[in-house]
Amino acid sequence: MASSGAPRGRLWTWLDERIGLADIEKLARKKQIPVHRHSLWYYFGGMTLFLFVVQVATGILLLLYYRPSAEEAYESVQFLMAEVQFGWLIRSIHAWSANLMIFALFVHMFSVLLLKAYRRPREVTWFSGVGLLGLALGFGFTGYLLPWNELSYFATKVGTEITGAVPVAGAFLLRLLRGGDEVTGATLTRFYGIHVAILPAITTALLGLHLFLVQKHGMSVPPSVERRGEGGRTTPFVPNFLLRDIVGWLSALAVLAALAAFLPTELGKKADPFTPAPVGIKPEWYFMFMFQTLKYLPAHILGIEGEVVGILGFGLGGVALLLVPLLDRRAARGESSRLFSAAGIALILYMLLLTYLGYTVSPTK
Amino acid sequence: MEHTLGGPDATRRGVIGWLLGTSAVAFALSVIYPMARYLIPPTAGESQAASVTLPIKPAEVRLNSGQIFKFGNRPGILVRTPAGDLRAFSAVCTHLNCTVQYRADLSHIWCACHNGHFDLNGQNVAGPPPRALDAYVVNVRGAQIVVSKGA
Repeated sequence: MASSGAPRGRLWTWLDERIGLADIEKLARKKQIPVHRHSLWYYFGGMTLFLFVVQVATGILLLLYYRPSAEEAYESVQFLMAEVQFGWLIRSIHAWSANLMIFALFVHMFSVLLLKAYRRPREVTWFSGVGLLGLALGFGFTGYLLPWNELSYFATKVGTEITGAVPVAGAFLLRLLRGGDEVTGATLTRFYGIHVAILPAITTALLGLHLFLVQKHGMSVPPSVERRGEGGRTTPFVPNFLLRDIVGWLSALAVLAALAAFLPTELGKKADPFTPAPVGIKPEWYFMFMFQTLKYLPAHILGIEGEVVGILGFGLGGVALLLVPLLDRRAARGESSRLFSAAGIALILYMLLLTYLGYTVSPTK
Repeated sequence: MEHTLGGPDATRRGVIGWLLGTSAVAFALSVIYPMARYLIPPTAGESQAASVTLPIKPAEVRLNSGQIFKFGNRPGILVRTPAGDLRAFSAVCTHLNCTVQYRADLSHIWCACHNGHFDLNGQNVAGPPPRALDAYVVNVRGAQIVVSKGA
């Protein structure tokens, strides 16, 4: 199997004969990254992956102390933060890395959307990516409840109540998600199982598919670059691009460490179902634009409850996002598709504006 | 036999294929069905209590204030209006189920989650809530407050 000219050690030869190192090496050396004015955006997929690895590592560490029940969850996190050496650091990195991962994921998704990288033959890569976005939001939503504090309790109450607005199957889905009619310890245990077992299992499969497809098809060159005839230049993935990737990852790690050290994640007050929802209650920032939209919707729109209209709207928006590669016929033909670029930019602006309002408008107005 | 090998053999293969296929489906169902049923939580006994005696004395409830009490396994809110009346409602916001609170500065009931406002009769007056809060009947018996669901 070994075909490369350079002499190798005996261990390398031994391994090569058994697992085919030379083939892997050949594959790695073959991978090329296009170089053009938009190459910067190629880094964000790898960045998301790196932060996901941080999540897996810190998540496994948190499992060793966390206790998933309404009676013990809050106390176990309190113990972790106050007593366990570096417990505050591990938890803060987990929380911050989750936020940065979702941010990197959004940047990655919008860059793919605006550079039309979803064009044939990469439709399935896009579908799996949208699926991974959904899973990441699911991780965020289920993980938020686990410390069992006041904010997370009411955020979960609202968030799960939203599934109840789904036509026909709503009530059933609500019970399935909550493990009962109300948000209780049963919900906490269920979210724990979803967060640490079900979502990781699905993510592993979908991420495997996504990465396989990225390797299979290589990086997409944006149609605007192709039309200008600038698509020719490339750089090897190993080592040139990978080393730059690693610089990005180390920078992210430095930012994470700084955030965790200077702005450690707070725990807040223990959840109590018999207190009013606290003033200024808000979800994680990546749900904020939806939360704020729900605040502005009137009680009834055309005779339907406002929240139902809003939730159906978000559902349809998600489906439209998933189906972009099939809807955008012009990009599929390699032509410019201004409509989809404009829609993408409008979506970004809408999310930014509503998120901004969510953090600045007085909660009592 | 030799002349008809094709026929019966093809049928036999078809039968075996059919058996294998149906067994595979039956096997899959026998695995999926218990798993699906397992995921659906059993129905917990809803609290049937039609009334509750509060651990609060009437004299302790200040004018223009409200507090949360337990009605079965759901929260209720007891309000003393600025005029001095005692009123009680379900504290579960009709919008998305948050627990409401009394705003002394506005002299009415308010939900922090999505800025929903209810007046002192529980009517939704502003914000996204689509319906009024369920009203309860409040009876003061000596030093006890008894809250019950309406008839």
